[in-house]
Amino acid sequence: MTVNGPRGLSHLKSLESESIEIFREVAASFERPVMMYSIGKDSSVLLHLARKAFFPSRIPFPILHIDTKWKFREMIEFRDRMAREHDLDLIVHTNPDGLAAGINPFDHGSAVHTDIMKTQALRQALNAGQYDAAIGGARRDEEKSRAKERIFSHRNAQHAWDPKNQRPELWRIFNTRLAPGESMRVFPISNWTELDVWTYIYAEGIEIPDLYFARRRPVVERSGTLIMVDDDRFRFNPGETAREEMIRFRTLGCYPLSGGIRSDAADLPSIIMEMQASRTSEREGRLIDSDSVGSMERKKQEGYF
Amino acid sequence: MSNVLATALSAETALDLWLAEQTDKGLLRFLTCGSVDDGKSTLIGRLLYDSQLILDDQLASLRKESRNRTTGEEGIDFSLLVDGLTAEREQGITIDVAYRFFSTDKRKFIVADTPGHEQYTRNMATGASNADLAIVLVDARKGVLTQTRRHSFILSLIGVKHVVLAVNKIDLVGYDAGVFDAIEAEYRAFAADLGFETLVAIPVSALRGDNMLAPSANMPWYRGPQLVPYLETIEVASDRVEKPLRFPVQWVNRPDLDFRGFSGTVASGVVAVGDDILIAASRKPARITRILTMDGDQPRAIAGEAVTLVLDREVDISRGDVLVHPGETPDYSNQFQARLVWMNDEQAIPGRSYLLKLGAQLVPASITDLKFRTNVNTLEHSAAKTLELNEVGTVTIATDKPIAFDSYADNPLTGSFILIDRISNATLGAGVIEYGLRRAQNLSYQSFDVNRKVRAELKGQTPQIVWFTGLSGSGKSTVANLIEKRLTAEGKHAYILDGDNVRHGLNKDLGFTDEARVENIRRVAEVARLMADAGLIVIVSFISPFRNERRLAREIAGDVKFSEVYVNTPLEVCEARDPKGLYAKARRGEISNFTGISSPYEAPEAPDVVLHGAVQDPLRMADELYARIFEWGTGYTI
Repeated sequence: MTVNGPRGLSHLKSLESESIEIFREVAASFERPVMMYSIGKDSSVLLHLARKAFFPSRIPFPILHIDTKWKFREMIEFRDRMAREHDLDLIVHTNPDGLAAGINPFDHGSAVHTDIMKTQALRQALNAGQYDAAIGGARRDEEKSRAKERIFSHRNAQHAWDPKNQRPELWRIFNTRLAPGESMRVFPISNWTELDVWTYIYAEGIEIPDLYFARRRPVVERSGTLIMVDDDRFRFNPGETAREEMIRFRTLGCYPLSGGIRSDAADLPSIIMEMQASRTSEREGRLIDSDSVGSMERKKQEGYF
Repeated sequence: MSNVLATALSAETALDLWLAEQTDKGLLRFLTCGSVDDGKSTLIGRLLYDSQLILDDQLASLRKESRNRTTGEEGIDFSLLVDGLTAEREQGITIDVAYRFFSTDKRKFIVADTPGHEQYTRNMATGASNADLAIVLVDARKGVLTQTRRHSFILSLIGVKHVVLAVNKIDLVGYDAGVFDAIEAEYRAFAADLGFETLVAIPVSALRGDNMLAPSANMPWYRGPQLVPYLETIEVASDRVEKPLRFPVQWVNRPDLDFRGFSGTVASGVVAVGDDILIAASRKPARITRILTMDGDQPRAIAGEAVTLVLDREVDISRGDVLVHPGETPDYSNQFQARLVWMNDEQAIPGRSYLLKLGAQLVPASITDLKFRTNVNTLEHSAAKTLELNEVGTVTIATDKPIAFDSYADNPLTGSFILIDRISNATLGAGVIEYGLRRAQNLSYQSFDVNRKVRAELKGQTPQIVWFTGLSGSGKSTVANLIEKRLTAEGKHAYILDGDNVRHGLNKDLGFTDEARVENIRRVAEVARLMADAGLIVIVSFISPFRNERRLAREIAGDVKFSEVYVNTPLEVCEARDPKGLYAKARRGEISNFTGISSPYEAPEAPDVVLHGAVQDPLRMADELYARIFEWGTGYTI
């Protein structure tokens, strides 16, 4: 009745089974599901679980990547390789209005850039695809407001989350019913912790982008945050130059908004150990959260994952 | 782990060791019950802090926020770790179940934290549905309260088997053993009937840390376990693996025409390659030939594993079907009794149509009977016409078509369900099945169309046609009426078709020509057959003078038991009785084609019964015939 493994099942195996069950419930219950793919480690686990859930069938829904055009170049290469290797039905969407307006993190700041190129872009893509279920990789341990997110989280026709009107979720019975125009956000790895994700990646040998591993990379340091100079669009402040440092990333996103950390952890075991020893929370490196207090709650209501 | 890693072991080796340790770790899901006043947030905050899950950045802001508040030696108000919901309260967000994660060297924990007072029953039921254990918090100064009883009742309803009674704020009663003992004794007495498998009471101070991790020096009188070590070691392993196999088919896996598999999670029991299985609904058998995962085929799968099964033959299986072992089948029925927790502002109304979801089965259903409501504070039963939000009722539920289920006590995953509003799609209520009604394990529902057999079983009789023939005035109707009365008095369902009720309606367009007589009998025979199909004992009382007509009637009856009763009364006797004056009229030539006078009567060659109307008393004849009808009924395959 719970993920508490019955004799013989490790907790990772139990978590895996629970997630697979959720994936299958989506495939069986919705007309047009889609899986969000952000190329990060959580997405990599999600993709691996989806492949397991439907094997030997292909994943029976498309994989959607919202490309802000400011992702690390390596992420895009990784994404396209995964799509080829796993025969994915990959859909890439960029907000054409934002692109035309030249929205970028340097001129417009993280809040505007994220809203237009990510939140609004996602809404466009979901509307265009008329998806009734969007699968995401959010976890309940990430942030306080996520702690009470449902696994099957109902969204109204405007993709907004109504926290006052959440459906109670008992046992493993998921209410997947929708009215026309409404949709569901589904989080198969809700009950995983960050450590679970890393140990699972290690145990299963799941491929993740090399950006997670410490390498010498060109960076500039701004108010204590290490920003990687990933391409020639980078705006240097007067007197600023890139210098090589041994860094890695704990979360991946738009490169000008992703803070790296100094690290020597060049392989998975070292990362896991370093992470275990570290005493700062995961989202600290994510610049979008620090823009305003309670931002995650607000972003979620607006439709951000 | 940092100690291990500080050694000279290579990262990889150290990690392998540590990973092995992680894998051996169990996961305990528990629920905390109690209000903020009882120190619940402080308790959870303390657990998170002690497991060193609070990160440096969080700790720094916590110390700042804790000024001017009640803190322990660490200078931290632990409740702030959990109660970071102030902003949400201001926004009017429903405060409901939150899940928190921590781990120790021995175990991983997921805590379902269910704050909020108004929605307490609903939230607690939700949190409890996936919990192995519950911590029931009691303030040592207040003892067992109404609220404590309510929480415990909901735990019992949802089937949480392991309970820790944490008597908190024991420091505020001077670490008094007497206070603790009295609370424990009162709670044990109350909880005796709630079906908890383990119950341990621990005196703690979440704020000061007494009896949280280590024995408290303040309570030398206490010999029991400390909270965290107890949570780390309590054995809650479910016996799901030992229960009968339940494999609900979630998704039919069909990548191409050459492969057809059935994907799902083993809800209970073990399934192995070579096993004979049955589909719970259709009772069709098959054998397991493969158990697939992306990691390769495996010889068996145990409860909790998500796999894909392949069978040895083509059988009709779709989502919602449950695969089981022969001899260990679940209930398969359209009615059961359940306890229902109502979770919506829209009240529960018997007779209204809802959608019921149980496993992967989704069917229309309604509450057919609201037996009583249980007051969650007093546990008293009271009559009720509806259920309001947060109320608990015992109900009968009927589904539009049969579903496979177990009682919740036997198998929580196949014994629990939710009810969904058909218009708003809201989850209205959650239920646990007590038992199936109209137990039907041995009935073959494969052919369960409503048919003569089913209707007959409902009526507890063998449908049949008893066909009377004889001259007008022979006594057919007298005996037929006595038989009908007798059958009805015995609780059987019988009906008489005679000239009076057929000739005036159904057959009033027919005259008395030969063709009309044949058509008359044909229609009567068809109606008799329909009535027998409906499960009735049909008594037909017509002169029916011609053998061919009677043969036709017997043919129309088909496989319905058909008996011919010949009331053999001589013409002279009949004519002498002449109850309706018909013989006189016929003699006067006023009625043409009158049987016995101007038209022949062909006596039956091999009747099932011959009654001698001239010499026998009608009651005796009825008695004799009743015995025969009963005899014909028994042993006859419907």
